[in-house]
Amino acid sequence: MKAIVCVKQVPDTSGKVAVKPDGTLDRASMATITNPDDLSALEAALELKESTGCEVIAVSMGPFTAEGMLRECIARGADRAVLISGREFGGSDTFATSQIIAAAINKIGVEQGDVVFCGRQAIDGDTAQVGPQIAEKLHLPQVSYVAGIEQDGDSLICKRMLEDGYMMVKVQTPCLLTCIKELNTPRYMSVPGIFECYDKPLEIMDYEALKDEPLIETDTIGLKGSPTNVFKSFTPPQKGAGTMVKDAAELAGILDSKHLI
Amino acid sequence: MSEYNFTDTAAFHGVWVLCEQRDGVIQSISYQLLSEGRKLANDLGVELCGVVLGSDIPEQYIKALGGYGADRVYYCNHPLLKDYTTGAYTKALCDLVMEKKPEIILIGATNLGRDLGPRCAARLHTGLTADATHLDIDTGKYVQFLTESSSLDMSKQTFNYEDRNLKMTRPAFGGHLMATIICPRFRPQMSTVRPGVMQTQEFDEAGAAKTVVENVAADLKPEDLGVEVLEIKKAAGKLVDLIGADIIVSVGRGIGKDVDKGLELAQQLVDALGGGVVGASRAVVDAGWLSSDHQVGQTGKTVHPKIYVALGISGAIQHTAGMQDSETIIAINKNDSAPIFQVADYGIVGDLFTVVPQLVAEIKAAKAKK
Repeated sequence: MKAIVCVKQVPDTSGKVAVKPDGTLDRASMATITNPDDLSALEAALELKESTGCEVIAVSMGPFTAEGMLRECIARGADRAVLISGREFGGSDTFATSQIIAAAINKIGVEQGDVVFCGRQAIDGDTAQVGPQIAEKLHLPQVSYVAGIEQDGDSLICKRMLEDGYMMVKVQTPCLLTCIKELNTPRYMSVPGIFECYDKPLEIMDYEALKDEPLIETDTIGLKGSPTNVFKSFTPPQKGAGTMVKDAAELAGILDSKHLI
Repeated sequence: MSEYNFTDTAAFHGVWVLCEQRDGVIQSISYQLLSEGRKLANDLGVELCGVVLGSDIPEQYIKALGGYGADRVYYCNHPLLKDYTTGAYTKALCDLVMEKKPEIILIGATNLGRDLGPRCAARLHTGLTADATHLDIDTGKYVQFLTESSSLDMSKQTFNYEDRNLKMTRPAFGGHLMATIICPRFRPQMSTVRPGVMQTQEFDEAGAAKTVVENVAADLKPEDLGVEVLEIKKAAGKLVDLIGADIIVSVGRGIGKDVDKGLELAQQLVDALGGGVVGASRAVVDAGWLSSDHQVGQTGKTVHPKIYVALGISGAIQHTAGMQDSETIIAINKNDSAPIFQVADYGIVGDLFTVVPQLVAEIKAAKAKK
């Protein structure tokens, strides 16, 4: 039994976001973090490990610099990690990304009882698409927006959040869940975990390693395999600063004169 | 039926809107999407179709979709479509797409639509844009949009005015960047659209009378569902209607020194301004001071009220992305360099606990004089 966790290294958009004059993101100048929802996914996997003894495998697609983030996942309790990295994978949209990650998960192997955990969405793209698209390509049932998980034999009972409440759904394993922050409080790295994280296995899966997987075709991965393209990217115009008003009386006067009250 | 070929773009016609229903009630996002879909269908000169997946939905609800622009409604009535499940809805929608071949599909970016959309796009081998806030077919209109809503130097941009691809614009990186996405090689072109962004057109009786309702069959078996729905629970208490409100007074981290008082002051200001709702920044929701239905911003609701007041909100782009199109924005913040003052029409630098009671009194006095 395995818990496979998909994690992504993202720029920290809560801080200052640097945009280059051409309207693209200046990633080099920004701090990177593990995507917050993915930490909830990892925590859910580690809790499953505590109750079942399953193996936890952290999987990420990204540049080699994402190794540090995967080592942190190991320091939190993952048993091993897989980094999917290759020039051929660059420029992938959500469709192509999920194609590649699904191929890697296929290579790791999905069996009865296994659970694939993803965060609901990453804070850089905010699409929430890669999780469900991996599930489709692996032919797994999915539950998204998961805020609670209970085991029930070889099924899971999940609390799936809606805007106006929630639904309880039972899903048979193997399955894929996308997790939200309400699910749990992610643990910190442990001191022994930090000491040992470089001793645990971290496998690099490049194009060579994945090219024989049925999902990997040159026209389904990378920029060339992406159905969507960025047509234009731009920054919203800076609205000029408004009128500063000295006190409440002056503001009430303005609102009155503009017939807003 | 000829073989389905997602690369044969010329074989796909018509604009579809997935009309989301919950508990048999069509959701308001469906009317917003139909109203927007109507414009796209007009620009393309094609039919606008609503698609309803459900079980035993009253006929008048289905017909009413014509009042928001649908020329035709495909109604897929099946007991296994009563409650949303990824498996059944994906199969029913994808089967219908493969049979009818629409060129565009719009889906609400709700917790259900954001589950269904990606699954369908993956199965149909096509692109999906998430959380679009602006859609264009016509290049002239798109150029106009960029001129008004981007900081691009338009004199350096070139455009192909024959281009009929759907141009789907969405925020990225928490709203710091906007990106226009196209899906030029495959069909259908799919997008989820954020609730509250598109305006609902006025209900048109004649359109509702004219719309053609076509019942379509779904080939579903219980094992197609993938999951078993055990229970659906509505949140206790009424949710706030941020999207429909004319007056919103939102609170931020600045109420932290006395949360109860801060919320009370916000409500008093709402009442003084004529009634509306109290909104919140993400920090307030994360701290548990208000429930998530109050949240305005990139991961909350997009609002455009007549008056938006930001109390003790610094104005991170995560927040401003959801309120910057409000008609009049008022900001009250202790920190004179808070970014919220860059989007506000009127700003007061001061402690909200001092300024708000004065403002409430001044507004009441001004009203009393009338």
